[in-house]
Amino acid sequence: MSLSITLTLNGTERRIALDDARVTLLDLLRERLDLTGTKKGCDRGQCGACTVLVDGRRTNSCLTLAATLDGARVTTIEGLARGDALHPVQQAFIDNDGFQCGYCTPGQIMSAVGLIAEGTAGDDPERIREGMSGNICRCAAYHGITLAVAQAARRMDNDPAGDAA
Amino acid sequence: MPDTHTRFGSSSGQPATRRDGLAKVTGAATFAADNRPEGMLHAVYVPAAIARGRVAHLDVERARAHPGVVRVMTPADHPALAGDPDDKPTRFSFRIEVLQDDTVRYAGQPIALVLAETIEAATEGARLLSPRYEAEAPRTGLDDNAPFDVEEPGFGAPGETVHGDPEAGHAAAIHAVEVTYETPPQYHNAMETHAVVAEWDGDRLTLDTPSQALAMSCAAYAHLFGIPAENVVLRSPYLGGGFGSKAIPSGPMVLAILAAQEAGRPVKLMLTRRQMFGPVGHRGATRQTLRLGCDADGRLTVIDHETLAATSSFEMFLESASNASQGLYAAGALRSAHQGVRLDVGTPGPMRAPGEASGSAALECAMDELAHAAGIDPLDFRLRNYAETEPGTGRPYSSKALRDCYDRGAEAFGWSGRPMAPATMRDPDGTRIGWGMGTAFFPSPMFAAEARATLRADGSAMVETAGADMGQGAWTALAQIAADGLGLPLDRVEFRSGVSTLPDGGVAGGSGHTATAGGALHAAGGDAIRRLGELAAEQPDSPLFGAGNAGFEAREGRVHVAGDAGRGDAFADILARAGMSELVGSGRASRPDADTRDYAMNSHGAVFAEVAVDPDLCQIRVRRLVGAFAAGRIINPRLAESQLMGGMIWGLSFALHEEARHDPRTGRIVNSDLAEYRVPVNADVQGLQVLTVHEDDTHVNALGIKGVGEIGITGSVGAIANAVWHATGRRVRRFPIRIEDLLAPA
Ligand code: FES
Ligand code: FES
Repeated sequence: MSLSITLTLNGTERRIALDDARVTLLDLLRERLDLTGTKKGCDRGQCGACTVLVDGRRTNSCLTLAATLDGARVTTIEGLARGDALHPVQQAFIDNDGFQCGYCTPGQIMSAVGLIAEGTAGDDPERIREGMSGNICRCAAYHGITLAVAQAARRMDNDPAGDAA
Repeated sequence: MPDTHTRFGSSSGQPATRRDGLAKVTGAATFAADNRPEGMLHAVYVPAAIARGRVAHLDVERARAHPGVVRVMTPADHPALAGDPDDKPTRFSFRIEVLQDDTVRYAGQPIALVLAETIEAATEGARLLSPRYEAEAPRTGLDDNAPFDVEEPGFGAPGETVHGDPEAGHAAAIHAVEVTYETPPQYHNAMETHAVVAEWDGDRLTLDTPSQALAMSCAAYAHLFGIPAENVVLRSPYLGGGFGSKAIPSGPMVLAILAAQEAGRPVKLMLTRRQMFGPVGHRGATRQTLRLGCDADGRLTVIDHETLAATSSFEMFLESASNASQGLYAAGALRSAHQGVRLDVGTPGPMRAPGEASGSAALECAMDELAHAAGIDPLDFRLRNYAETEPGTGRPYSSKALRDCYDRGAEAFGWSGRPMAPATMRDPDGTRIGWGMGTAFFPSPMFAAEARATLRADGSAMVETAGADMGQGAWTALAQIAADGLGLPLDRVEFRSGVSTLPDGGVAGGSGHTATAGGALHAAGGDAIRRLGELAAEQPDSPLFGAGNAGFEAREGRVHVAGDAGRGDAFADILARAGMSELVGSGRASRPDADTRDYAMNSHGAVFAEVAVDPDLCQIRVRRLVGAFAAGRIINPRLAESQLMGGMIWGLSFALHEEARHDPRTGRIVNSDLAEYRVPVNADVQGLQVLTVHEDDTHVNALGIKGVGEIGITGSVGAIANAVWHATGRRVRRFPIRIEDLLAPA
């Protein structure tokens, strides 16, 4: 069986031959394309560790079959910074200690970028907490995560060009 | 280590951001399962779907026939392991299940393993094995087997301790409570599931696997595979959370290594989330009975704390919950005792504040109940029973700023405005409000560690120890300590850690890693500086010439005579004169036995909680959680605050969320995933505040560090439960407190 798809992956168009129809986007990234920044926490859509942006929308890559993505635009944690310049959300996570072990962090950051783009939360802590609740952090760095998302939302509001999503 | 006050430089105490932060926010940080060596195979194991019985049949032919499957290992067909899986080669070893027979001892036990070219093929191959069982009635509840007396609940904790005369204490009591609290099985569920990438080269083994105890893990794997420990290289630069579950080698890891050995190819195995409920430890269930009494003035005459705790059918580790009642309150008599019950569950193990978390939950609630019975404010009640020396033993505390914690926490929270009577505070919309508090308490143990410090020709340094960063911030805090030990700015110090070929960094557990590995790094720096000073003292061109006996200190890249900053010399100049490219110092740290004997060493704190309970639906929300903690010297306030908050949220989770539930027919855990096993999400957390109270402690260790990793849970559970009672007047004595407990008729 051969199946191939075309993805715009972190800004670069790639033609990808799939060796197996069962491959999820998460396992495609991690086990085949060496993009291991995206993490597997549950493989069931229950934790958010695998969050990426698909056509700008935050998506659980573990629940997405790669074969369904022909023509899609996928952004992963590796595609967020511009050279050495961190995305405002990345910088805000460092500034506000929005992580401890860092395992949920790529998913949190991608989710935050998606949330800010959705434009529903602004820098309101309560709405941020709600909007970020699909991303579990067992280290429970939630206090810092909420502060980080609010900081990034404010910065990006002032400087929309910083929005890499 | 000398009992003197260690000098600190400019790094310790600073809220430096995480040194691994850039790697973590860009996805560049490499966790174990991110490795994919050439030719790698994927392993997936089959977890038992019953808790007790035997495996009667596996459809090996179907699994083998699946495209991509290269090997199926079963109890009847697997390569031999050199060592006995029942052996305990290290202090942190448990018996493990590695297909040695077809007996099923708990649900989730590995009963077969499939190796395949892809993760998809291995997963499908494992499914196709379609096991059939001969099942026996599982025992998964605390009443399902006969209790037995316990001498050692686990890792050296005592089974029974008595101080004074408990019966006399009961007899003298004017107010008394006898209450029974239950705590459920809880599973660590680090976000990174356990994983290993194993690669053999002859009799040399390279492992990428998260470990909280690198040297000990190497020793255990070496024993099982019959090779020298130095043949094992274990790389664990980052752990995606540990919480105690990644200190002890487990069966699945061993099976993957065995599979790699036989296949002659690297093998990756990563547990699924469901597989995290079984072979990698958990906090065992407890039932605790507390009998507390006090006199008319509210002085405790007795704390009598009995725990019945679960262990597996084949191994021994209990939540030593009763021991939480030793060492905290000045009761006339103290008794802590444990009984065990053997169940068909995976072996429990250390989980963040093992023993203390469960014990503190029950103790702090029982204290609240007695305070109410005596008509005394809960904080006042604790102050009336404040221990100036360790109860029972009379040993002095190495330091104890708990009174300050009570004061500052109460002040920040506004505790003085609390009405005594429960069920009296309401929001205008009818929401019931309650305030509760609890004391936080955790021992400050130390392990043993070694370190190396290398001064380089350019005046910079490299420091090395095989430490473990599971989120607590070792990459940052240990480097800060090392920089101060060398008298260098943080950015002039390269820190190497997280691989077993470095000096033994000890164990990241017991909240003792910063003190222990930090102590070794600081000592290594001191050794390097001493050597450098002695070298300079021999150099006629050095300002330090002839200063050999004076003792040396270092600051800003210069060595100077102790107490005389004016007489010094630059690191780089001394090395250049000697024609040396580097100079190496070494250090170690552990606690002298005399200190362990003579002092009680603990972190303390006070936690205050406000909860809101919906008057109709009984939903419980924690609105505010304020913790004040005294934990010796805080190396990095930013990181310490995060860790304390994380602990407090674990307390919230214990109080209101976490519980693994067994199906009584099969013994399986029915909620073994992150949707049904509830842990707090962001929306559950608001109003957190952490205060730290500085303590100078010259006894706990040379650095004065007590550790902050676990104490946040203790106190928090009780504070929240007591607040729920204060809001509703309903005392729920099983955790987690659920909506239905409050809805049920009284
Ligand atoms: S790994 Fe995809 S949601 Fe958990
Ligand atoms: S930082 Fe460890 S799980 Fe979120």
